[in-house]
Amino acid sequence: MAEHQHFELHVNGSLHEVRDAWIGESLLYVLRERLGLMGSKGACEQGECGSCSVLLDDELVCSCLVLAASAPGQEIVTIEGIAPVGSPSDMQQAFVEFGAVQCGFCTPGLIMATHALLGRNPEPTDTEIREELSGNICRCTGYGRIIEAVQRVAVSRRAQP
Amino acid sequence: MSTATREGVISGRLGDSPPRPDGIAKAQGSFSFSGDLSADGLLWGATLRSPHPSARIVRIDVTPAWRIDGVAAIVTAADVPGKPTYGLISSDEPVFASDVVRYVGEPIAAVAADHPETCRRALEAIIVEYEVTTPLTDPEHAIDGSHPPIHPSGNVIRHQRIVTGDQRLVGEVVVEGTYQLGMQDQAFLGLEAALALPDPGGVGVELFVATQWLHEDRGQIAACLDLAPDKVRLTLGGVGGAFGAREDISLQVHTCLLALRTGRPGRLAYSREEGVLGHVHRHPATVWMRHHATRAGLIQRIEARMVLDGGAYASTSSAVLINAVTHTQGPYKCTNATVDGYAVRTNNPPCGAMRGFGVVQACFAHEGQMDKLAAACGIDPVEVRLLNAMETGDTLITGQVIENVAPVAECIRATAALPLPDTPVGGFGGDPMQLPGGAGLTADVSHIRRGIGWGVAMKNLMYSEAFDDYATARCRLVDGVAYLKFATSEVGQGFVVLAQQIARTVLGVDDVVLEPIDTTIGSAGSTSASRQTWMSGGAVDGACRLVRERLFEHVGARHDIEAVRLAIDGRDVVDTMGPLRIPVATAGLGMTFEETFEHHHRPTEELDENGQGDCHTAFAFVAHRAVVDVDPELGLVKVVQIATAQDVGVALNPLSVLGQIEGGIAQGLGLAVMEEIILTDGRIRNASFTDYLLPTMLDMPPVVATLIEHPDPMAPLGAKGVGEPPCISSTPAIVAAIRDAIGRDLWRVPVRPSDICLPNR
Repeated sequence: MAEHQHFELHVNGSLHEVRDAWIGESLLYVLRERLGLMGSKGACEQGECGSCSVLLDDELVCSCLVLAASAPGQEIVTIEGIAPVGSPSDMQQAFVEFGAVQCGFCTPGLIMATHALLGRNPEPTDTEIREELSGNICRCTGYGRIIEAVQRVAVSRRAQP
Repeated sequence: MSTATREGVISGRLGDSPPRPDGIAKAQGSFSFSGDLSADGLLWGATLRSPHPSARIVRIDVTPAWRIDGVAAIVTAADVPGKPTYGLISSDEPVFASDVVRYVGEPIAAVAADHPETCRRALEAIIVEYEVTTPLTDPEHAIDGSHPPIHPSGNVIRHQRIVTGDQRLVGEVVVEGTYQLGMQDQAFLGLEAALALPDPGGVGVELFVATQWLHEDRGQIAACLDLAPDKVRLTLGGVGGAFGAREDISLQVHTCLLALRTGRPGRLAYSREEGVLGHVHRHPATVWMRHHATRAGLIQRIEARMVLDGGAYASTSSAVLINAVTHTQGPYKCTNATVDGYAVRTNNPPCGAMRGFGVVQACFAHEGQMDKLAAACGIDPVEVRLLNAMETGDTLITGQVIENVAPVAECIRATAALPLPDTPVGGFGGDPMQLPGGAGLTADVSHIRRGIGWGVAMKNLMYSEAFDDYATARCRLVDGVAYLKFATSEVGQGFVVLAQQIARTVLGVDDVVLEPIDTTIGSAGSTSASRQTWMSGGAVDGACRLVRERLFEHVGARHDIEAVRLAIDGRDVVDTMGPLRIPVATAGLGMTFEETFEHHHRPTEELDENGQGDCHTAFAFVAHRAVVDVDPELGLVKVVQIATAQDVGVALNPLSVLGQIEGGIAQGLGLAVMEEIILTDGRIRNASFTDYLLPTMLDMPPVVATLIEHPDPMAPLGAKGVGEPPCISSTPAIVAAIRDAIGRDLWRVPVRPSDICLPNR
């Protein structure tokens, strides 16, 4: 196709060159298909489900709604940037331990959203958790175990000096 | 419910809730779903679909698409080398439409190209000339013959009656109602996606796909490709939920065709809109019921008529219909019945399997009837259900005797004993987020009304009507490590952790390695019908037990002890009549013990013309109580709490059971108050997550649950399937609670705001 773009993206602390991209490619597409970062998932392509959540300059966004070509110069953090494979974060461990993971398709997006939530508000109430995470759809769990995992991590983080 | 470690349960074994083996990878984003798979030289695929619900195809011209740079293949019906159709029960759906189209979204062609955008442009360039015909969209017109057949197999997919007992009995109390259910979408998050790798020379293909039943897919794919089944090898791609929508073929044959045609790896991946168009849904239904009862409220006879809209192709409609009609009575005693059920063909989107499978439709009606009966008899909704509660040994309207544990009354009582929410109407402290409608401009708290409602259900487990249903598993024990092999689709339900728990328990090992889930072993059957814990669990258990026998024979021979005296205790092989104790890890050092086991459930029968026969394998039961707050002026509903007690047999993994209960209730809540595929003249108007509403964390209330545990002697591990019951009676419970809050009849789900605030519309 004719509309080729070249640009650089700053993802998880390193610079990635993107060559010959079609101008219409979303950040989600480029992360997955060009940079091989498959942890961000696409399930609705219109910012409704939160599966593709990433941090863009510390702000939680749906990467399916961001044009990749508009993202150079911004710090992008994906699920791969939260913790190295094999060394899960406390939240990732809690999701597994407390049954918040079933099919797991929504999980990376939810991990990103809970990461942003607890960063902003370390002591969220039940209603605040529900409101803040209501942009992430999970079809398997009915959310009960997800809320439990978030509450447990919030409590255990507070208990640590 | 507490999921903490239970007394006497060894860590990681049955009864415990160990972490699932795929959990950390899923939480870290490193788990590969089918849409994450790639290969060198990959081509993207895309599907051209019918924009009309009913039309004759006059001409297809693909040549303009070939002029687009990057297009590598275009396939239509003419390129299907084998059987031109596929289907789960009857093979009635074309791989590609060639002469007529019967629903909006029916595949006509597929393309492969270097980029998804190239694919999109290629699809746009293909010329299809249609002669549009009048669609059949009213299921009643399929029955009354007023519309010509839209398919060579006719417009009625199946008609099934149940006629039993006294046909003239008229009760002292008679209540009747007509109930309607809209079309629900499974809405799994992991969109349809597959990767096909062609064998050199086009003599075979390997397919990585998210599916519920690898072997069934393989049979259908191989027939369409005109390949021997062993030339089509399937591996389970990571599955992002299923809920019934992956039981039918969608993109499987198309992906293989593109790969074989180009000789290159091919990937097809649906968008959300395409997913909604491209998979089957829950049958919309109209159910009329009339209950005859004594003045005291005892059910004597039920009359019913059910019409299920199967859409354009049969899929599993005939089996869904059987479930619907045979669950007319619900979990209540009744011996006299007259039931007339139809699953029909229309030009609406095809319908098939979704969690609850026909029983959801029957249950919404029979539970509405139970409340009407209670009101007519002047008794409590709980009391009327207890009065009629089914028990083991009761005879169903099909003549089948309930042989399973049937703790219906216990489920109801245990649910009633759960605490009601302490939250006042409108929540604590006037937080608007607690109000129906959330932080919007909702009515004043003083106008909001609270209601309580009940739903109780019976659900058949496993396949029915004489299908020889089985599951296969292999176990290999080497130096204290167990290796398990099965083709059981892991769709999120957690069979992978259950299989490990079974092997650890039977063999006294800690390390259980799961081999790839693929077609290099016998079928495990489908991950559906609440069947895999019973079926594949039974197969894994059987294979592990056979391996344990081999181990005991080996140890017995070595120590001159009869093998029958040996047992597993903790991690050791022990002599139950002597001092011998050897760790499993060293008991057969250097040896390999390997066994394969096929678990079949007991045979079942087809229904006869009067709907009589032992058609079902087993049953499970559940009760739900819903508490809702309703804004009667704006028609908004907030579900405040769901209480439930479920007959689970044994909770082999209590955390997984709770996950199924909460997840199923969320889907039942969705059907009750928000989820519906809206159709106009056969066209889906809301094929997106913006317009098809799914419950979010704000919509889902706390669930309080009690597990009713009576090991079922018929079940290999004593455990019943737990996946479907939660989504069956939660829906009528919520609707009953709304009726209770506003004091008005509601006969259709999802309940829309206008049904609440504009009742005369």
